[in-house]
Amino acid sequence: MASIPETPSENASMSGNGVARAFAEWIADLGALVVDWITELGNVSLFAAQTARWLFSRRPRKDTLLPCFYQIGVLSLPVVALTGTFIGMVLVVQTYVQFRMLNMETRLGAVINMSLVRELGPVLAATMLAGRVGSSMAAELGTMRVTEQIDALTSMGANPIHYLVVPRFLACLLLIPALTIMADFMGVAGAFFYAVLLLEIDWHHYLVNSQRFVGNFDVFAGVFKSLFFGAAIALIGCHRGFHCDPGAEGVGRAATTAFVASFVVILLLNLLLGIMLDGIYYTLWPEAPKIL
Amino acid sequence: MVDAAQNLKPKPLVELVGLHVGFDQLRVLRDINLAVARGETLAVIGESGCGKTVLLKTIIGLLQPNRGKVVFDGRNLADIAERDLPLQRARFGFVFQQAALFDSLTVAQNVAFPLREHTRKSIAEVRKIVIDRLAEVGLPESVLTKKPAELSGGMRKRVGLARAMALNPEIILYDEPTTGLDPIMSDVINELILNMRQFHPATAIVVTHDMRTARKVADRIVMLYPLARLGDDQPQIIYDGPAGAIDSADDPRVTQFVRGEARERLTEMRAQNGS
Repeated sequence: MASIPETPSENASMSGNGVARAFAEWIADLGALVVDWITELGNVSLFAAQTARWLFSRRPRKDTLLPCFYQIGVLSLPVVALTGTFIGMVLVVQTYVQFRMLNMETRLGAVINMSLVRELGPVLAATMLAGRVGSSMAAELGTMRVTEQIDALTSMGANPIHYLVVPRFLACLLLIPALTIMADFMGVAGAFFYAVLLLEIDWHHYLVNSQRFVGNFDVFAGVFKSLFFGAAIALIGCHRGFHCDPGAEGVGRAATTAFVASFVVILLLNLLLGIMLDGIYYTLWPEAPKIL
Repeated sequence: MVDAAQNLKPKPLVELVGLHVGFDQLRVLRDINLAVARGETLAVIGESGCGKTVLLKTIIGLLQPNRGKVVFDGRNLADIAERDLPLQRARFGFVFQQAALFDSLTVAQNVAFPLREHTRKSIAEVRKIVIDRLAEVGLPESVLTKKPAELSGGMRKRVGLARAMALNPEIILYDEPTTGLDPIMSDVINELILNMRQFHPATAIVVTHDMRTARKVADRIVMLYPLARLGDDQPQIIYDGPAGAIDSADDPRVTQFVRGEARERLTEMRAQNGS
């Protein structure tokens, strides 16, 4: 039976001990979490290194590559195009009033198109791909792990990374630029349609301003970033599937964590690559800020 | 004289030497020493969780031992370079418990998979071999274009068997080949395992807890006992002998398993849960 503290100082000391213990536990939990993150990062890096090794050491089989290209590229086009269109239109809706107050509505094209090709196009295309394809890859490979299909591949002398991961990685890497360009194009077209046809903004000045402010480098920057997003989606999705816990719950968790982790990595990469590409831009064209 | 006799004795195809396998804190196999002669059919029996499947997966290299070695045809598996592993694995056939057929491929593509991976045969040759293998396990050509999801459990197992036999392997590993099947289909699978020995004379290791299968197909039976129920110095292999002699084994743990008697097990489980 616990003894009751006799004096206020003893009581305060016990309470202090409790706070210290809780703080120590919090530090320990935080430490364990950091160790888990670092371990996971190490595992994904090793997985990426294995994928790179198989990517360059042996050509993938055509019968594994084409279905992945179809699943990841062709079937993602409609959803990416639709998202791009609506994002372009909603940007016009949200910004029109402010620009109208300043009598600068013809500059909407510049702002919206710049946002689309540099940020929203690549990030939205990648997010849609992570949701549609990343989680599906994790679930599919997770099911293969749980039902011993990956073991069966290995037992027959096939390498699962070469057979399952490399085609998915290549499909994501090579097709995400096309999806990004589609998202950009549909966003620009959607914004133009809404601004010119529904809000009756002068189309000539809208286009001239767009052309003046949005350059080839901006389009390149968006497409370049998308390559990293595609690689991250494929690696995270496949890695989650390969290390899936047993049972239906494990497969479900693999699919969810694949999407969440991909989304966080996309946002993080977007920030880092944005800073890097801006640095490159202002190094190559130091007079650029003066023009703007 | 003794040395000369030993030299004349054929080398085993598979030899496990001081094998220890575990995962994190869980030890599954401890100090397993086992040799399987070429052409022999060995049944590994034991209750669920005793490490039968782990043993099989360690033999083919899907799991790595913590200690000890797996020697296949005179070579330690751990010494084989990674680039040579696919060729090494082509010498094995593995029949998985749930067949492990590739969902996204048809039956024909599943059976053809090892052929396409390891040979340069033409499509016509591959097709002929696939049809032959499926015929050996009693499946008609009409299943060629079916997906595994469209097949019954027994048919899936037979396709798995046909796939394992595609390359005429030197050794076939069967993981619970009759689990989940009705008694007739179980016996069909047993017959197929026996027939396979005539069509493709190979060494076989059959992991099972079905005594009918063990008695029918095996030349020799090895029984594993779960480590959790053993003391530190007790051997994990509690029976290693001819299939015909297992019924007269002295060890009560062997006879309990062979006869399928619960005895005090339920009481033990309840006591464990209570504690």
